[in-house]
Amino acid sequence: MSALGSATPGGIARELEAPVAGRRRGIRWRGLGLPIYTALALLFLLIPIAYTFVFSFNDSGKLNIAWQGFTLDKWLHVCDAQGVCEAFGNSILVGVVATVLATALGTAIAIALVRYRFRARGAISLLLFLPMATPEVVLGAGLAAQFLSLGVNKGLVTIIIAHTMFCISFVVVTVKARVASLDPALEEAGRDLYGSATAVFWRITFPLLLPGIAAAALLSFALSFDDFIITNFNSGAVDTFPKFIYIAAARGIPAEANVVASAVFVLAIVLVVVAQVTRAARAARAARQARQLR
Amino acid sequence: MLLLPGILYLLLFFITPLISLVFTSFQQPVINGDIGQYSAGFQWQNYTDSVMQYLPLILRAFGYALLATVLALVVSYPLAYFIGVKVRGYPLVQSLLLTLVIAPFFISFLLRTLAWKQIMSDEGPLVVGLKALSLFPNDGHITGTPFAVIFGLTYNFIPFMTLPLYAVLERMDVRYIEAGNDLYASPFTTFRTITVPLSMPGIVSGTLLTFIPAAGDYINASGDFLGSAQTSMVGNAIESNFLVTQNYPVAAALSIVLMAVILIIVGFYVRRAGTEDLV
Repeated sequence: MSALGSATPGGIARELEAPVAGRRRGIRWRGLGLPIYTALALLFLLIPIAYTFVFSFNDSGKLNIAWQGFTLDKWLHVCDAQGVCEAFGNSILVGVVATVLATALGTAIAIALVRYRFRARGAISLLLFLPMATPEVVLGAGLAAQFLSLGVNKGLVTIIIAHTMFCISFVVVTVKARVASLDPALEEAGRDLYGSATAVFWRITFPLLLPGIAAAALLSFALSFDDFIITNFNSGAVDTFPKFIYIAAARGIPAEANVVASAVFVLAIVLVVVAQVTRAARAARAARQARQLR
Repeated sequence: MLLLPGILYLLLFFITPLISLVFTSFQQPVINGDIGQYSAGFQWQNYTDSVMQYLPLILRAFGYALLATVLALVVSYPLAYFIGVKVRGYPLVQSLLLTLVIAPFFISFLLRTLAWKQIMSDEGPLVVGLKALSLFPNDGHITGTPFAVIFGLTYNFIPFMTLPLYAVLERMDVRYIEAGNDLYASPFTTFRTITVPLSMPGIVSGTLLTFIPAAGDYINASGDFLGSAQTSMVGNAIESNFLVTQNYPVAAALSIVLMAVILIIVGFYVRRAGTEDLV
């Protein structure tokens, strides 16, 4: 496993170069404690994921508790279990709409916060920090109390409103870092070349901010997709995927829910790992080219 | 103006809901009205009544959250240290290990918690195994106990603790640690006087990211998940009063109390870290 990274020949050589490790040369096992601990901790984190994955292949009836034997049925007929696919569709819809709204609103705030000096800065920072410091149950109950007093019927729209609200702060935090690292000279160059304000934004600022904006959008979607506590207060009769699980938990989760969750998990992990390996490969190629040029 | 739409949105859907929560918390029941019908009032009593009634749940919420935060810090620190400091120089290994840390985010929080419930249930592998080894009393349970709830909270928030710790440790200059060692400080002294102070910003944000949601959580402590009636936290009381018995003023009063206590604790922390750093 890669967790034992520093136990590879290169890793040990590197450690021996360090004065500290040099002194400990006789007792090699001391350096192994941390890698072994890391491997065990990561294994611990993965136990319930493995459990969920394995039980998506369980040939169970309505209750998916005891192991009954292996089947691919649940994977092939996911939508047979009542409500699973509908709830999943709702979660995707809410996630996409809330992500678009929160990313747009949050990115605008992030740009303004870094670029402009204004008097209410402290108050606005606080307003952005507070939703992250408020427990979800309070955010959920507050919105629900407001919808109740206004007589609003709860449904998809109220879920989207709630999700957009708690995603904005996270978008601001993520994009702000990227805006701060942006070189203002690039935009000045655009303006010097008589680019209009819109042209400068869309052709210079936006492309440079894109990695930060994409990260913020992914974070928003993940937060929205997995949110249960706030959704539960503001969803009325509509089920999202987490709410479906919560309701089903009282009587037993169908294996189809494990299938949906496992499929999402595998997809997300594959995307992330592919992105990381590509980036590493690109960095390695760039380094090689730089060496050849020298 | 770039700020306006987003700020307006937060005022409309974050600040006004908090205000309406305050109003709701003072409401009084409509005489001869239906269940869930309340009118504006100034029932200060709602606060004293609900705090009296739910004091054990409030204390439990903060107690469990505190224990889970400390446990998550103890588990996460070495993990973050290994990824952030020990495998520095291997960016791919670093990012793959980080992916494993955040892997739990990619699968439903509720399903993960249910998986632990089934692993630790009376018929599950853990209890059966421990009983077979006579390490566990025959009539013992794990699910439904405070242990299971604190365990679940710790598990669920480890990634939230590890990420900020990693972010700080990754940027830490290891030459300070080498300097400590060169000056013949024991590894423990070096850790206590150099590593910990340098990683303080990560410790502060990690503990906040764990403590706040853990104190308001009502999933782990729920009877359908890892808890039982004996482990109910204040979040469970808010949920059942709001969504089940439609006792809105009590739910609102408890929410305000929970938020007030948390803000006091956060305010204490933020004085050390500064909001500008956290936002």
